[in-house]
Amino acid sequence: MAIGYNRIIRDGLWDNNGVFGMLLGMCPTMAMTTSATNGLGMGLATAVVMAASNLLVAMFRNYITQEVRIPVYILIVAAMVTMVDLIMNAWMHELYKVLGLFIPLIVSNCLPLARLEAFAAKEPVLPSLVDGIFMGIGFTLSLTAIGAVREIIGSGTLFANASFLLGPNFKFMEMQILPGDMGVLMMILPPGGFLATGLLLVVKRMIDVRNGKGIQMAGAHCVT
Amino acid sequence: MKQPATKHALILGVFCFGFGLVLALTDLFTSKEIATRAMEDRQNSLSQVLPAAILDNNPVTNTVILKDAEGKEVTIYRATKADKITGVAFEIYGTGYAGEVKLMIGIDPASNILGVRVLAHKETPGLGDRIEEKKSDWILRFTGLALGNPPAEKWKVKKDGGQFDQFSGATITPRGVVSAIRNGLEFFAAHKQEILGAR
Repeated sequence: MAIGYNRIIRDGLWDNNGVFGMLLGMCPTMAMTTSATNGLGMGLATAVVMAASNLLVAMFRNYITQEVRIPVYILIVAAMVTMVDLIMNAWMHELYKVLGLFIPLIVSNCLPLARLEAFAAKEPVLPSLVDGIFMGIGFTLSLTAIGAVREIIGSGTLFANASFLLGPNFKFMEMQILPGDMGVLMMILPPGGFLATGLLLVVKRMIDVRNGKGIQMAGAHCVT
Repeated sequence: MKQPATKHALILGVFCFGFGLVLALTDLFTSKEIATRAMEDRQNSLSQVLPAAILDNNPVTNTVILKDAEGKEVTIYRATKADKITGVAFEIYGTGYAGEVKLMIGIDPASNILGVRVLAHKETPGLGDRIEEKKSDWILRFTGLALGNPPAEKWKVKKDGGQFDQFSGATITPRGVVSAIRNGLEFFAAHKQEILGAR
């Protein structure tokens, strides 16, 4: 069964987006989106893990039997997360200090596992890699968007501390949108995560309805 | 199609072994680098409370380990200049609003505070996090103070009758920090001989 790359990319970025399409990976989504920068960093780390684990599962898909596939998938995701953790600690230490606490959370994110089960276990290596990359990018964009909404309303800034994450060249991204004391603290606290995610979900569904797609529960399986 | 259980066990075993090996290799290549980074972090946090002007050694390598009142080990880093101890630093812990606040305190041999910095905390962003140096200069006010200055009964936040400001909307965090610093000073006073003694 061949699936066009266009389809895979559109699924990952919009139609079947991990956060706004499948509503998966809510734990890191809520925990890490207190600012756009945090969301971006967490998204990128997840994208790396997703691309690598999709690739590995697709490579070994003919050797993994049905009965033990879940433990093997979890093993692969956990191994990738640990590698990212160690490598970032060693060579991207500034970034690690910002994100370090949250990288182990990727293991508990069901989005990578869902893509392994629904896609990489059945498809060849290259489409699986593309799926991992674009699902990861879609996740990153969603987290950054939620983080941006929470950060603008909650602390009045946008991409604060982005230069810690991306290097001093990205200092220009750091913006003060509202005066500093106008922040609504609740948006930074956990309830704000649910509010922002809900609002953005409504926006996405409205765009879909306007485009005549109607509301459909996508489910974790994208193969049609 | 049913396959024997031994086959599944074997497959799982092979994968576990393979990825175990991969992780062991990653650890082998990164562990040295990670240790260096941890050392740099330690030096960074020490250099914030031990001014560079007073030392010519690396305090990370000149330590004494003592036990505090609860039997917890405290590592004391000692700064020396021309072989004389010019300051010491150690970690102190306070109870904040959302758990432990970890701080580093620097004290000179005459028992005055050289500086205090927050290393880690989980306080509410926008309220309790003003104990961080990059968010507000609140923490700098402790520099130069000592146990008798202000007197012991004033080593509290204003709300408790002391002399230190709390923040609007956050009293528990500063209260925890102030009492952690006071405890740190008392710890230093009680162990002064051992801390400044033989190296």
